[in-house]
Amino acid sequence: MKGHIHSLESFGSVDGPGIRFVVFFKGCPMRCKYCHNPDTWEPGGGTEMTVDEIIDDFNRNRAFYKNGGITATGGEPLMQIDFVTELFKKCKEENIHTCLDTSGITFTPNNTAKFDELIKYTDLVMLDIKHIDPEEHIKLTEQKNDNILEFARYLDRNNIPMWIRHVVVPGITDNKDYLFKLGEFIGSLKNVKALDVLPYHTMGVKKYEALGMEYPLKGVEAMDKSKAVECKKIILNGVRKARQERK
Amino acid sequence: MNQEWNGFVKGVWQKEINVRDFIQKNYTPYDGDDSFLAGPTKATEELWAQVMELSKKEREAGGVLDMDTKIISTITSHKAGYLDKTKEKIVGFQTDKPFKRSLQPYGGIRMAVKACKDNGYEVDPEIVEFFTTHRKTHNAGVFDAYTDEMRACRSSHIITGLPDAYGRGRIIGDYRRVALYGVDRLIEDKINQKKTTKTIMFSEVIRDREELSEQIRALEDLKKLGEIYGYDISRPAKNVQEAIQWLYFGYLAAVKEQNGAAMSLGRTSTFIDIYAERDLANGTFTEEEIQEFVDHFIMKLRLVKFARTPEYNALFSGDPTWVTESIGGVGIDGRHMVTKMSFRYLHTLQNLGTAPEPNLTVLWSTRLPMNFKKFCAKTSIESSSIQYENDDLMRVTHGDDYAIACCVSSMRVGKEMQFFGARANLAKCLLYAINGGVDEITKKQVGPKYRPITSEYLDYDEVLDRYKDMMKWLAGVYVNALNIIHYMHDKYCYEKLQMALHDREVTRWFATGIAGLSVVADSLSAIKYAKVKTIRDENGIVVDYEVEGDFPKYGNDDDRVDSIAATLVHEFMQYVKSNHTYRHGIPTTSILTITSNVVYGKNTGSTPDGRKGGEPFAPGANPMHRRDSHGAVASLSSVSKLPFRDAQDGISNTFSIIPNALGKDATVFAGDLEVDLDLNSEDK
Repeated sequence: MKGHIHSLESFGSVDGPGIRFVVFFKGCPMRCKYCHNPDTWEPGGGTEMTVDEIIDDFNRNRAFYKNGGITATGGEPLMQIDFVTELFKKCKEENIHTCLDTSGITFTPNNTAKFDELIKYTDLVMLDIKHIDPEEHIKLTEQKNDNILEFARYLDRNNIPMWIRHVVVPGITDNKDYLFKLGEFIGSLKNVKALDVLPYHTMGVKKYEALGMEYPLKGVEAMDKSKAVECKKIILNGVRKARQERK
Repeated sequence: MNQEWNGFVKGVWQKEINVRDFIQKNYTPYDGDDSFLAGPTKATEELWAQVMELSKKEREAGGVLDMDTKIISTITSHKAGYLDKTKEKIVGFQTDKPFKRSLQPYGGIRMAVKACKDNGYEVDPEIVEFFTTHRKTHNAGVFDAYTDEMRACRSSHIITGLPDAYGRGRIIGDYRRVALYGVDRLIEDKINQKKTTKTIMFSEVIRDREELSEQIRALEDLKKLGEIYGYDISRPAKNVQEAIQWLYFGYLAAVKEQNGAAMSLGRTSTFIDIYAERDLANGTFTEEEIQEFVDHFIMKLRLVKFARTPEYNALFSGDPTWVTESIGGVGIDGRHMVTKMSFRYLHTLQNLGTAPEPNLTVLWSTRLPMNFKKFCAKTSIESSSIQYENDDLMRVTHGDDYAIACCVSSMRVGKEMQFFGARANLAKCLLYAINGGVDEITKKQVGPKYRPITSEYLDYDEVLDRYKDMMKWLAGVYVNALNIIHYMHDKYCYEKLQMALHDREVTRWFATGIAGLSVVADSLSAIKYAKVKTIRDENGIVVDYEVEGDFPKYGNDDDRVDSIAATLVHEFMQYVKSNHTYRHGIPTTSILTITSNVVYGKNTGSTPDGRKGGEPFAPGANPMHRRDSHGAVASLSSVSKLPFRDAQDGISNTFSIIPNALGKDATVFAGDLEVDLDLNSEDK
């Protein structure tokens, strides 16, 4: 089996714990307005690689990844779930920490067989919740969020450690009520280990230009860091409230 | 025993000049964190404000505030100079006041005159006359001996930056000896060396005797320098303030005597810490006082200035002095050599703010204590001013008392020195191989008239074959030019004070250097794995190349091209080694054009990797700009395949990264949710 790989990054320091070897997969069904990797949307293409080739590349510089491991991201890596499963399985044989960076969009609550297999070899999931509100989610990503939230609950039931990632965009996801609601949702889970609030940046603009595409968030300014810190606090407050209620 | 040595663990260092033995027997490894450090004192802040004001004036004046045009700089040439005598805990400037650059004509009078003239000053005509007619300089000597071929290589820039008109630098005196032993003991030692030279007067013996006499005179002058500032440095230093001051006088004497291309300090922090620990234990000084001494010392090192031409500054992108200080590392007995003083030196970047000089260099080992590693990382992020070198690699050949001269040249302090050798432009050499020795820019026949390549498309085996011949020729001209240079430098611009702070038997590294490594590696890869078409001028000289198809590029951890780079270094070194070297110099090479890559690129035509004529090379052993597409680890991995044993003078890689790509920001990232929920509980 071969995976369609967009690119490899040998020094990933923001995609999971430690220094990580990051595999960017091709293909994504979401069309998030703030996406800074539109070049990964189209499925197929890229460089075709086998699991062994990726593991070999990792092992060449294994010393660097002592406290890190491999992260599968994209694109949406789970569009190639069979390949990711095979990759992670091999990683665990080689004692490599595995991290999956996903939107959860491909999750199928009624048929979880493939996911059951995948999570056997997954040490950490970084789940990117784009928006907590169902309608706003559709506006932002052209997809529904019910399966995404269901995926979070599924991971929680199966005791898979999670980091929740959330991009805060001025005027789109920085609404206090939504942030608080997101917090409440996170508070309803027991396996969330970290919260990664990502301030929206405009570094994707150039890629859109290069691809000859219209930039969907034209005119929206980058998120100020101090505001992102505020957003984080609101989410944490939501988490606290949900936990208190649970008691 | 000297009373100054009270409390020190005894050893062979008392019987012979042996600083390493003193350090090993007396230093205290420190595993703690940075919480003990003290901030700047009021005096430090006021002095630094004064320096900032003078720096501003210097910038406004166009880069130079004052130059000496009348007094030839020697160890004792100037009276004492101060910023503010009442506040300075460590004293001494190169001339009678800060920011005034000294006049140093022994390297070459023309360079000294030009440095003044370009900055709006005129050297006293009597001095010019004297150094033109009556006293020969290093520069004049070199040009008396250069061959036509050497001159041609020099002007076509296939060999560049040769130290033939200025001080070669790259020698580190063991300035610690001044503090530990006092100057009288060092003189005694040198007199004894002179008494016991061989007695049959071969020219080498004569030279040794003359040099030892020069060294003894320099040490006498060093004592006088102390007196000028009111100190008696004939005896050993008795506390940490004196130890820093004595050591600094040694260094100051060196920079008063030599305007070298790199005037590095050595490995002093752990040595100084021994005095600090003793003083702390005895209650002689507090932590605040000790940090103040260090801050004032580092402040002085930041103010080392030389008279230089705009071209020199363009070559090095600034006004560098390379006052490199090597910090940390691990001893051969397995104990790490980090002390509190290692922290204090780096802490000056906080107390005085960030600065490129002195070039604080951490000798990195996986076995350094975690607290120190964290402190280094923190200080790097805040200041971008720390250089790192691989101690685990260098300790194998250099032991645990070596230091870095300039940016990467390692040498045992007081036991080894280097003949600095600038660089050969291997990218241009490749173009010569293709054009049969004709320079692609001037169209002159500079290299030998070997058969040029006449095909439209380049053939890998053919190019490689020609290239080897051309490298062999280049190595010959290069090494022989250096032989002349170092002969003349020893003769007319001898570093007597620095050599007085060396052992009698000195190992001399004969340094050479390579520029354009990644350009050549990618060029050969393009020829091998893609198709490279030649574009010729009306006379058939190849002036440009068209690359058809893709090829593996150095910097992506791809062995197909990385092995080309590694082989290249090895082969060039073989050719260097096959030449005779002056004064039994041991050949080494470096890959370290940190800033001069821009100038080298400017003087080199288009290359078969697709780089256009005039475009900069990558610095040092770096991959070419934007060609490393697999991230930092892959890029570093390519560099790390270069063989250190062939490039023992050092391999440099310039690494820059935006802070956001270096890890998560703790204010936005709740890395441990439970902790963050607790931390922010006041927001409930």
